[in-house]
Amino acid sequence: MTDNTAGPDHITGPTPDNALRDADRAAAGGPMLAADGTPLKKSLARALRRQKLRALGLIAPLLIFVLITFVIPIGDMLLRSIKNDIVADTLPRTVQSLSDWDAEAQDLPGEDVWTDFYIDMWFAAERKEHTRLGTRLNYELTGVSSLFRKTGRRVDRFDTDIYTDQFIALDPGWEEPQTWAAMLGDGPASDVLPLTAGAWEDWKAFNVEEGDKVLEEDVPDLMYTALYHELSQGADVSGLSDRLAAAGEAVGGFETVSLREQFADADEDWLDPEVWQIIQLYSPRVTPGYFANAADMQVTPDGVEARPENQRIYGMLFQRTLFMSLMITGSCILLGYPVAWLLANLPMRTANLLMILVLLPFWTSLLVRTSAWKVMLQQQGVINDVLVWLGLVADDARLTMINNQFGTIVAMTHILLPFMILPMYSVMQTIPPSYLRAAKSLGATNWTAFWRVYFPQSVPGIGAGSILVFILAIGYYITPEIVGGNTGTFISNRIAYHISSSLNWGLAAALGSILLVVVLVLYWAYDKIVGIDNVKLG
Amino acid sequence: MADVTNGDAFVAFERVQKSYDGETLVVKDLNLSLPKGEFLTMLGPSGSGKTTCLMMLAGFETATHGEIKLDGKPINNIPPHKRGIGMVFQNYALFPHMTVAENLSFPLEVRRMGKSDREEKVKRALEMVQMGEFGGRRPAQLSGGQQQRIALARALVFEPELVLMDEPLGALDKQLREHMQFEITNIAHNLGITTVYVTHDQTEALTMSDRVAVFDDGRIQQLAPPDELYESPQNSFVAQFIGENNTLEGTIQEIKGNTCTVKLDDGSIIDAKPVNVVKPGDRTLISIRPERVEMNKERLSPDAHTLRAEVVEFIYMGDIFRTRLRVAGTEDFVIKTRNAPDQRRLKKGEQIEIGWLPDDARALDA
Repeated sequence: MTDNTAGPDHITGPTPDNALRDADRAAAGGPMLAADGTPLKKSLARALRRQKLRALGLIAPLLIFVLITFVIPIGDMLLRSIKNDIVADTLPRTVQSLSDWDAEAQDLPGEDVWTDFYIDMWFAAERKEHTRLGTRLNYELTGVSSLFRKTGRRVDRFDTDIYTDQFIALDPGWEEPQTWAAMLGDGPASDVLPLTAGAWEDWKAFNVEEGDKVLEEDVPDLMYTALYHELSQGADVSGLSDRLAAAGEAVGGFETVSLREQFADADEDWLDPEVWQIIQLYSPRVTPGYFANAADMQVTPDGVEARPENQRIYGMLFQRTLFMSLMITGSCILLGYPVAWLLANLPMRTANLLMILVLLPFWTSLLVRTSAWKVMLQQQGVINDVLVWLGLVADDARLTMINNQFGTIVAMTHILLPFMILPMYSVMQTIPPSYLRAAKSLGATNWTAFWRVYFPQSVPGIGAGSILVFILAIGYYITPEIVGGNTGTFISNRIAYHISSSLNWGLAAALGSILLVVVLVLYWAYDKIVGIDNVKLG
Repeated sequence: MADVTNGDAFVAFERVQKSYDGETLVVKDLNLSLPKGEFLTMLGPSGSGKTTCLMMLAGFETATHGEIKLDGKPINNIPPHKRGIGMVFQNYALFPHMTVAENLSFPLEVRRMGKSDREEKVKRALEMVQMGEFGGRRPAQLSGGQQQRIALARALVFEPELVLMDEPLGALDKQLREHMQFEITNIAHNLGITTVYVTHDQTEALTMSDRVAVFDDGRIQQLAPPDELYESPQNSFVAQFIGENNTLEGTIQEIKGNTCTVKLDDGSIIDAKPVNVVKPGDRTLISIRPERVEMNKERLSPDAHTLRAEVVEFIYMGDIFRTRLRVAGTEDFVIKTRNAPDQRRLKKGEQIEIGWLPDDARALDA
């Protein structure tokens, strides 16, 4: 057959080289055509379409389930990190009139704003929305919550009834809701008196919400206030109705009440320009405020700036979360590698038995395992007792091993260890023992054979395990909550706090988004450095 | 070469036994010695202990009893990496994360050889297996035959005096395997290295080796050069394991020096050469190679015993004809005849008479 001079290149048949040469030859001749002349790619796609549709049909239920129960809620949650509708929805008029107020000047806003704010607050208080708004703004400026609460209780008892009395004294017709309805229904009056007309619309809508009939209810003081305000500002009502024209002429002589004073009476913090700054800053429907907060910064009229040193916590928490996750990943590698090696190299029966031991934690409740660590590690716990009994530790100097970083790292390493061992094991299982033998037969010592030959091939397993453990660790919640104390908690504990205790969902969403981005960036960096193709789960 | 004394043996197994479980012996009392430069093949069915012997020699298994000597020195307690034995593994065991050149350079690096020396040797080794341009490739980018060459080059690059090969050609297709057999023996002889080669493929063993050790049941059944092994098997296992073989059962009737007469079970008498039968009345298994059966009576001596046979099957195989006969009660008595112009093609059912030279029928243990 072949003579001795035939080099490897002359091997006929399917070698990688020949396959590549064939592919080159095919590529040179333009697109391949199928028997009927259509491009081969196109007819292949057509042939595969049915198959693809079938595959799609098979995953559709899960896809829909995940979309509805997971992707959409999470997306909505993440949107909350920038959404800020509450100010603009609750105080629509104020937000508008405040937009051209110059916050820098440190002056209080003018009477326009106070009137708008009075109307907005009145409706908000009636609808009990002012407390929610107060809570929201309280995240940015402490004390705003009680300010709104207090004012909400007072706003319908403002002295604005003097306008009511004066209008009715001028013309008893002003007392009738029908008068207002007729005047502000359709027609020129609503164009001339936009504020009053708008307030009337809101009043009507409010009555519908309450199930009342607007024509049977007393006209509220705020309508008179709005009308007075607009008339006194010189709204041109001539030629509308006689009653209105008469009122227009009379308002000049009305006794007035300063809304600013009224608000100041309710709470003198309203005279603090900072409150108005905050309202103005958080007027837009989209805000960077939550993210600024999450990054230990705050939004000021001058832009975003860092918080004072003593108020920064999230940066530190993120750093701690990353650091501890790395520590946990590292200790999982150190503890898991030998176990995985043993599992991969023992006879099947023994390996299966050991595998059950490795998997045992999976079958135990997470809470139970974490609590067990509490029993083990606490100062009066098992480990301390043993150390004291052995005389290694004095009874009055028992080690603090829980409610700190150490406790969290120990417990989480234990809990996440199987996630490290399993991918490492499945990768190591595919490394034939003949590699180590070959290395030794070539003269390598046990260590060199391991380090130069075995270890590089097990790196994909380490990579897969590390990614798994790290990403699980970085978002872990229950274990740090139970054994972390003050110094061993993660960012996720803070997120949970904002979700369930402080109810600052926006900030929680911002923190969560940052965490997500950090993980994605790390994943990307990992892909760049190690290459995600090098990650094998088996 | 067959009678090497232990004194100048390069590799020697002395009364080596091996047991994995403490109950059965995988290798039973192995004695084997081979001189420098010999190409020895361990041949045997799977489970016969041949790979265990190789692994003991390489140092991956320890002998339960007995001593293995390399160049006169016992190596039982020397770890594999200090034995300096090159080894080619069944699946090549090329390190997948290193390039071909790095693979070859590995044994030199662990021997702390300088960079320029290393490059020089790697280059030479690659050229030796005609893979000079492939240094930068990864093993996965090579075909099976190319990987095989690299594995061979790697086992030789650090110039070991002894190379072990564990079924190195098992994963190759037939053509490539035959080609590689030729190349491996060539290289081994050119370099003058001692080679121990393990295979279960008898053709490979016969074509490549200086001597073949046939293993069965933990023992060497016969250790001999290929021609001797084929033509003069010492027992019925070797006769049946090596090459195609016809067997006839019978009883020894008379032994006369170098020939004996055997009475087959159906009563017919044949001539044979006594190999390991002792006295008349012993049961025996007669072994006759298919190509040594003679149909032409004129070529036999006048007093030779012949047997009547009926053609059961005639197979045309191109270069030869293979005819299956019914002889003395058995139906798978095969004869092979060369496809020569004057060779008659037999027909099914035809009655013929067959015979053989007494030397070609070997009376072996039953």
